[in-house]
Amino acid sequence: MGIISAIGRTPEEHLSSLVQAKSGLRKLQHIESIYNNKIPVGEINSSNEQLAKDLTLPEDHNYTRTAILGCLAAKHAIRDAGLLTSNLKNDALISATTVGGMDMTERYFKEFGSNPEVQKYIDSHEAGDSTHKIAQQLGIEGFVTTISTACSSGANALMLAARLIRSGMAERVIAGGTDALSKFTVNGFNSLMILSGEACKPFDRHRDGLNLGEAAAYLVLESETAANRRGARIRAWLSGYGNANDSHHQTASSPEGDGAFLAMNAALKSSGLQATQIDYVNAHGTATPNNDLSESKALLRIFGDAIPPFSSTKPFTGHTLAAAGAVEAVFSILALENGVVLPNLNYKEPIRETGLQPATVCIPNVMQHVLSNSFGFGGNCTTLILSKS
Amino acid sequence: MKENLKIQSYCRITNNSIVVNGQSVFENKAAVFPEILKLAYRQLNLNYPKFFKMDTLSRLAFLSAELLLKGSHNSNTAIVLSNRSGSLDTDLKHQQTIDSGDYPSPSIFVYTLPNIGTGEIAIRHKLRSENAFFVFEEFNAEFLQDYSSILINSAKSEQVLCGWVEVDNHNIDGFMFLAGKQGEYDLDTNIIEKLYKA
Amino acid sequence: MEQLKLELKENIIEALNLEEFTANDIADDDALFGDGLGLDSIDALELIVLLDKDYGIKLTDPESSKEIFKSINVLAAYIDQNRTK
Repeated sequence: MGIISAIGRTPEEHLSSLVQAKSGLRKLQHIESIYNNKIPVGEINSSNEQLAKDLTLPEDHNYTRTAILGCLAAKHAIRDAGLLTSNLKNDALISATTVGGMDMTERYFKEFGSNPEVQKYIDSHEAGDSTHKIAQQLGIEGFVTTISTACSSGANALMLAARLIRSGMAERVIAGGTDALSKFTVNGFNSLMILSGEACKPFDRHRDGLNLGEAAAYLVLESETAANRRGARIRAWLSGYGNANDSHHQTASSPEGDGAFLAMNAALKSSGLQATQIDYVNAHGTATPNNDLSESKALLRIFGDAIPPFSSTKPFTGHTLAAAGAVEAVFSILALENGVVLPNLNYKEPIRETGLQPATVCIPNVMQHVLSNSFGFGGNCTTLILSKS
Repeated sequence: MKENLKIQSYCRITNNSIVVNGQSVFENKAAVFPEILKLAYRQLNLNYPKFFKMDTLSRLAFLSAELLLKGSHNSNTAIVLSNRSGSLDTDLKHQQTIDSGDYPSPSIFVYTLPNIGTGEIAIRHKLRSENAFFVFEEFNAEFLQDYSSILINSAKSEQVLCGWVEVDNHNIDGFMFLAGKQGEYDLDTNIIEKLYKA
Repeated sequence: MEQLKLELKENIIEALNLEEFTANDIADDDALFGDGLGLDSIDALELIVLLDKDYGIKLTDPESSKEIFKSINVLAAYIDQNRTK
C-alpha cells in the first residue's frame, strides 16, 4: 500500500504521526483563495513543482495535483507490494476521485481562450484523467475505471476490486483514490456551511463542521492464489464489504443512520463475522453535526451497548473526500498490524442523544478485525472490514 | 454464467427524443438542449417538484428511471450508472460563480457529483440497495453486463438499473436499462451495444 | 412592506427553482419548510445566500435561521428590521 497526506508520505510516517497524535491540519496555504490563513485544512506541504519533481515529470507535463498525488501513492504501493511496473500489464486499476483536474482548470479557466501555454490542462480536466495518468505511470493496460460516488468513492474502489477478483475477472487490482484541495471544494463546502473554523471535533457535543484535506492512497489487492504464487507478503485481508443507499437526502444523512446501518450489516454478512468480533471501528466521523449523530445511531443499532473502541481519524488528515475510504483502509491495516486503536483527537464531551465516547488516546489492543465506514453525498454508504493476515 | 439474465426494459434519451423499448414516447425536433427533459417531465405528468431543482445530469438519470421503474416495486434494485464527463456540465457552472466573485450556490455545488443522480433515484423509489457511479472513456457495454451480472448472481440485488448518462457540450446521451431475470433480450454485451446504438 | 413581500416571493421562486409556483400561490403566512412549500436544508442555505446578496444580511447558523424562514410574513419583517441595503 502507498499513501500521501498531510501527515506523511509513507505508511510508516503515517503510523508515527497517528500514534504520536500529530495532526496535519494547518491554515490553507498552497492554493490562492480568500480563505488563505483562515480555515484549517489537511494540506500536503509541497508545491506542485516539488511534487512533479518527485515523480520525475518533464517540464511541459499537464499533470494536475490530483494526478501527481495519485501517481506518487500508487507507485509507492507497487514497490511496497514487491512489484515492478513491468509486472502490471494485465492488472486492473480502479481509482476514485471527485475533484478530478479541477485544481488546474480553476487556476487557468479564464486564460484557456487566450494563453496557449495553459491549454494543455484542458485535456486534464476530464474526470478520468488522473486515472489514466496513473495507469500510464504504472504500465497498466487491463481494465481501468474511475469511481465517483463522492466521499465513499475510495471505499467503493476497494469493494469493486474485491468483486473483480472474487468473480475471477482479475487476479490483481490496484485500487484507491486521490483528491487534491481546490477552491472548487473549499467554496462549495463553505456554501453548505459545514466547514469548521477550527480543527474538527468528531463525535464531540460541540462539533461544528469538517476540515477539508487532500490525499492519495492505493492498495494492491490480489487473489490468495496469485499472492501465494509469487510469495507476496500479505499485509491484511479485505474480508467484508457492503454498500447501501441512505435514500434520504442529496447531502444529509438520515436521522437514524439507515444507509450506514445497512452498509455495516451487509459488510458483516459478507465477511461471515458477528458484530462482537469487530475489535475497532474507524468511523467516517466528519465532525458535522449531522453525520456524527446519524453514524452514532447506526453504530448503536449494529453493536447495541457493546460498541468496540471507535475513532475518527479526520482530525489528522482532514476529510480527503474520494481518497478518504482508501486512506482509512490503510489506517485500519496499520491498526491491525500494530495492535493499536487510533486516537480521535479534539474530543471532550459526548453527544447528548447517544452518549458515545470515542477512543481519545492510542490504546494497545489485540486486533483481528477492523471495520471502516465511508459515507458520501448522494446517500452512498460503504463499509469495509479488514482482517489480520 | 450461472443464470441466464435478461434486459427487462431499456430507455434511450437524446436531445430530441425519448424511446422506451424501441417505442417513441416523446419527440420534439425543436427542443434545444436541455429542454427535452423538462418538456417530457411535463407531458408525463410526473408531479415531483424536486425535479426542477436537479441539474441536467440528475434529470436525465431520474427521468430514465421513472420510465423504466414504472409499475416495478422491487426495492431490491441496485443502481449502476456511468459516463465520460462526470458532472462536468454542472462543475463549470459552480466554477463560474466562484470566478465571477459571485456567491457560490449551495444548490449548484450539491450537483457537482455525478452520483447525486443515483441518490435522486434512490430517494424517489425508496431504494436502499447498492449504488455506484463509474467514469469510462466511452460507453462500456461489457462492464455494464459484467457488473450487473455479478450483483444479481451474488444475490446482492434482484435487478439492476444500469446504463450510461452523459451530458456534455450541449449534448444529452442517455441509455439506461433494467437487468433482471425476465425480458425479451439476453443480458449480453453485443445486445447492449446494439440497443445503445439503435 | 407589501412590495417587499411580493419581491421576496418572486425572488424565492427564482432562486429555488420553484417552477410550478407563482407569487400568487404563496400566502404570506404559509409555512415555507415542512408541509408548506416543502423546502429543505439546501433551500435554507440558498435563502441565506439570497439574504446576503439582496439585503446585506449575514446569517451564520443554518439551524437558527429556520425561525426567520418560517413564513413570508416573518421573513419580510426580519428583513425590514435588519437590512443594510
